[in-house]
Amino acid sequence: MTHSLSIYLLVAAILFGLGVYAIMTRRNAIAILMGVELVLNAANLNFVAFARFGGMNSSGHVFALFVIVLAAAEAAVALAIIINLYHNLHTINVEEASTLKQ
Amino acid sequence: MNIFIQYGLAIYLLPLAAFLIQIFWGRRLPRKGDWVSIGAVLLTLVLSTAMLASLLLDLNPDFHQEASFTWLDLGRFQIRVGFLMDTVTVIMLFVVALISSASHIFSIKYMEGDPAYSRYYAYLSLFTFSMNGIVLSNNLLLLYVSWELVGLSSYLLIGFWYEKPSAALAGMKAFLTNRVGDIGFFIGILLMFTATGSFLYRDMFAGVAAGTIAGTTLTLAGIGLFMGAVGKSSQVPLHIWLPDAMEGPTPVSALMHAATMVAAGVFMMVRFFPILTPDALLVVAYIGGITALFASLIAITQTDIKKVLAYSTVSQLGYMILAVGTGAYVAAFFHLVTHAVFKSNLFYGSGSVIHAMHHGLERTHRHDLDPQDMRNMGGLKAKLPLTYWSMVASTLAIAGIPFFSGFLSKDQILAGTLAFAEHHPVHFLLPVFGFGAALITAFYMTRLIFLTFHQEPRHPEVFAQIQRAPFEMALPLTILGTGSLYVFYTLPSVNPFGGEGWFQRLVEARDSLAGGPAADWMAEQMHHAHLPTMILSIAVALAGLVLGWLMYGSRRISAEALARRFPRLHDLSYHKFYVDELYAKLLYDPLLKLADFVGWLDWDWYDKKIIDGFGRWTTRIARWVGTADYDGLDQGLVDGVGRTLRAVGGGMQRLQTGRIQNYILLATAGVIIILLSQVF
Amino acid sequence: MTEVSFLFILLLTVGSALGVVLSRNLIYSAVFLLFTLLGIAGLYVFLWADFLAGVQIAIYIGGILVLILFGIMLTHKIVSVNISHSSLQRGVGGLLTLALIAFLSWIALRTPWRMVSSQEPLQTVGRIGQELMTNFLLPFEVASVLLLGALIGAALLSRRDT
Repeated sequence: MTHSLSIYLLVAAILFGLGVYAIMTRRNAIAILMGVELVLNAANLNFVAFARFGGMNSSGHVFALFVIVLAAAEAAVALAIIINLYHNLHTINVEEASTLKQ
Repeated sequence: MNIFIQYGLAIYLLPLAAFLIQIFWGRRLPRKGDWVSIGAVLLTLVLSTAMLASLLLDLNPDFHQEASFTWLDLGRFQIRVGFLMDTVTVIMLFVVALISSASHIFSIKYMEGDPAYSRYYAYLSLFTFSMNGIVLSNNLLLLYVSWELVGLSSYLLIGFWYEKPSAALAGMKAFLTNRVGDIGFFIGILLMFTATGSFLYRDMFAGVAAGTIAGTTLTLAGIGLFMGAVGKSSQVPLHIWLPDAMEGPTPVSALMHAATMVAAGVFMMVRFFPILTPDALLVVAYIGGITALFASLIAITQTDIKKVLAYSTVSQLGYMILAVGTGAYVAAFFHLVTHAVFKSNLFYGSGSVIHAMHHGLERTHRHDLDPQDMRNMGGLKAKLPLTYWSMVASTLAIAGIPFFSGFLSKDQILAGTLAFAEHHPVHFLLPVFGFGAALITAFYMTRLIFLTFHQEPRHPEVFAQIQRAPFEMALPLTILGTGSLYVFYTLPSVNPFGGEGWFQRLVEARDSLAGGPAADWMAEQMHHAHLPTMILSIAVALAGLVLGWLMYGSRRISAEALARRFPRLHDLSYHKFYVDELYAKLLYDPLLKLADFVGWLDWDWYDKKIIDGFGRWTTRIARWVGTADYDGLDQGLVDGVGRTLRAVGGGMQRLQTGRIQNYILLATAGVIIILLSQVF
Repeated sequence: MTEVSFLFILLLTVGSALGVVLSRNLIYSAVFLLFTLLGIAGLYVFLWADFLAGVQIAIYIGGILVLILFGIMLTHKIVSVNISHSSLQRGVGGLLTLALIAFLSWIALRTPWRMVSSQEPLQTVGRIGQELMTNFLLPFEVASVLLLGALIGAALLSRRDT
C-alpha cells in the first residue's frame, strides 16, 4: 500500500479539491489563504510522489522546494495585504472589500 | 587604430558633442554654455597643434594615414567611408581650429547679451564639426554630407538675426546659390562613382590612373566637382551670395566667409587636382581669373567696410582657383592658409571697428548712421591702435608686400600664371587677371585703411564715445595680426623672398593623373618665372599702395572728381556690375512669370474646372448614397444589430458580479466541463 | 506496523483537511491545518523525501502557520465573525468540488503512469543541493530575489502609516 502511486495521487486530489472548495466558499481572507496552502501542498505531494515512483529523482524534490519557497513568500505578502485591509476597512471579509469595483 | 586617426576622430566628434549639448541644454548652463563650445574648439586646436608639431618634426611630405570602414554593404558594391590624414589635412585642420578658436573667443564680447547667445555657439560648433568633416573625409560621400552641413550652418549663421528681413533673405540666398553649384557637384560625384564604383578618393585616383574614366567624361566630372567649389567658394557666376552673407555676425564672417568655409571649395580642388583634365583646368583657371579681377573691381567703390572685405575675399578665392587651374595648386593651398589668417584678421579688425562704432552710435543716439559705413568713420587710429596696427599688417599681407605672408603665396600664384602663359601664349589673359587684381587689391585695401583710420573723424561726437577693444577681441587680433608676418610660413628659413620653408617641404605637388602638368615640370617653370614675377608683383603692389595713398591719404587726386568724371564706370563698380539685377531680369523674372503661368494653369483651369466639377458631381452622388446609407443601412441593420447586442449584453452583465470567488467557481465548473468533454 | 501508521497518517491528513475547510472557527481551521501539514510531512517520509519532510515542518508549520495564526490574532474580530455563505455558493461549490475530486481521482487511477523502480537513496540533501547549484541555479537565484522582494513588500505593506 505504501508502494502504490495511486494512493498518494488520491490524497493529493482530495486535498486539492478541498483547497479549491475553501477558496470558492470562504469569505474570510485568511481562510482563503489556508485553502491556497492546501492546493499548494497537494501539488507538492504530487511532485514528490512522481519523484519517488516516476524516476524524477531529485528534480521533483527541488520543485517541491521551490513551491514551498513560493508559498512562504505568498503567505507573507498575502498576510501583509490582509492586515492592511483590516486596518483600512476593519474587516477581512473579501465580499466587503469592493472599493476597487467600478 | 593609428594615433593620428584617433586624434582626427576626436577633432571630428568634439564639436559635434558641443553642438548637441548646446542646442539641447545650452540655455540652462552657466554662462549660457559658451564654455562648452569654446572648450571643445580649444581642445581641437590643441590636438591639431600636436599633430602639426609632430609633422614638423620629421617634415615628411609622404605622410599618409587612412582609415575607413564599410558603412553600407549592398552586395555587389560596398560604400566605405573614413578619414584621410596627410599633410594637407593636418595643416587645414590646424587652420580651421585656429580661426575657429579665434572666432569663438572673439564672439564672447561681440555677441554678449544677445538673446540667442547659446544658439549662436551651438551653430558655431555645428559649423566646426562640418568643416572638419570636409577636411578629414577620404571619400566623396562624407565630403558631400559635410559639404551640405557646412552649407546648412552657413545658412543658419547668416540668418542668425532672422528677425531682420535682410539677414533672413541673405541666408536663403546663400543656401539657394550654393544649391546651384551643388547640383553640379553631385553630378560630378555620381559620374565618378558610376565609373569607379567607389566613393574613396584612393579608388577614384586609381580609376583615373588606370583610365577607367577618361576623356570627356572625366572632364565633365572634374567640371562638375568644380561647380561645387564655384558655389561654395563664391566664384563667378555664383559669387552673389558672399557679399550678402555679411549680414551675419562679424565673427561668423571672419570664420566662415573669409577663412574656412569658402576655402572648402579651394581645398577640394587642391585635393582633386590630379584628376582634373587640361580642359577642366582651363575652365577652372578662367573662372578663377575672372573672379579675381571682377570682384576686386567691385571692391573699389563699396562703402560698407564688410562689403569691401567680402569682395576682397571673393577676389582672393579667385586667385586660389586660378592657381589650381594653372597647375600651381600647392601655391593655391599656401595662399589658402595665409589668406585664412590675414583675411580673418581683417574681418576681426572690422568687427572690432563695427563693435566700437556701434557702441559709439548707441551712446550718442545716432541711430540714423550705419556703423558699418566707412564714410561715417575716420581717424579711428587714435582710438583703436591695436586694431589699426593689426589690420595694417594684414593689409600689407593681402596687398603682397614683402615681409608679409601674402607676398609669398601671391608671388607663387602669379609665377604659376606667368609660367602657364609662357607655354600657352593664347592664355595671356590669365596673368593679366592676376596682376591686375593684385594692383587693385593693394589699392582698395589702402582706401579701406585710410577711410577708416586716418583723416578727420566724420562725426566727432560719435568719435568721442568710442572705446578701445576689450581683451577678448584684442587677443585674436594680436595673434592673427602677428600671423600676417612672413616668418611663420617660412621657418626655418628667414629669407622673405624665397618662399622656402616648412610649408613647401610638407606639401609637395603631385603629378596630374589626367594629363595635366607634371609636378616637376611645373616646379621648374615656376622657378624660372620666379624673379620676373617678384619684381612685377612688388611693383604692382607698391603702385596700388601709392595710388591709394594719393587718392585717400594725401588727397592729391580727388576720388569724387574721378567718380564724376567717369560716372558710368563708377556706377558699374558701385552696383556690382549689376549682376544681381541681371539675374533678376534674366532668371528670376522669367521664372516668376513661368510660375505665375503654371499657377494659373493649376488653379484657374485645373482646380476650378476639373477638380471642382468633379467635386460637384461627387457631392451629388454622395448625397444620394448618404440617404440610402443612413435610412436603410444605419437605421435598420446596424442599429438593429446594436439593439440585439445590448439586450444580450444586459443578460450577460448579471454574471459579472465582481467577486473573485464566483469567478473561481465558474472556472472550476469550466474545468470540469472540459474534462467531461475529454472523457466522453 | 508500517501499513498501520501509513493508514493513520493518510486519515489524519484527509480528515484534518476536511476540518480546515469545514470548521466555522478560524482558530480551529488553523489547528486542523497544522495536522494536515504534519500528515503531509509524514507522507513525504514514506516517499523517501526526508529532507522535504523536515523542510515542510520547519517552513510550513514553523513559518507559514505561525504567520497565519498571527494574522488571525491581529484581526481578532473575525474569530467571532458570522461566516455566513450564500447557500447557493456553498451548495454549487460543494457539488463542483466533489466532481473535481472524482475526476482527478479517476484520472489518477486510470492513467497508465510510467513507473520506474528505484532504490531508496541514503540521503537526499546532498543531491538536492547539487541540483540547486547546477541545473536549477537560475531558478534558485530568482527564488532568492523573490523572497527578498516579498520580504520588502510585506514589510512595506503592513506598515501602519501607508
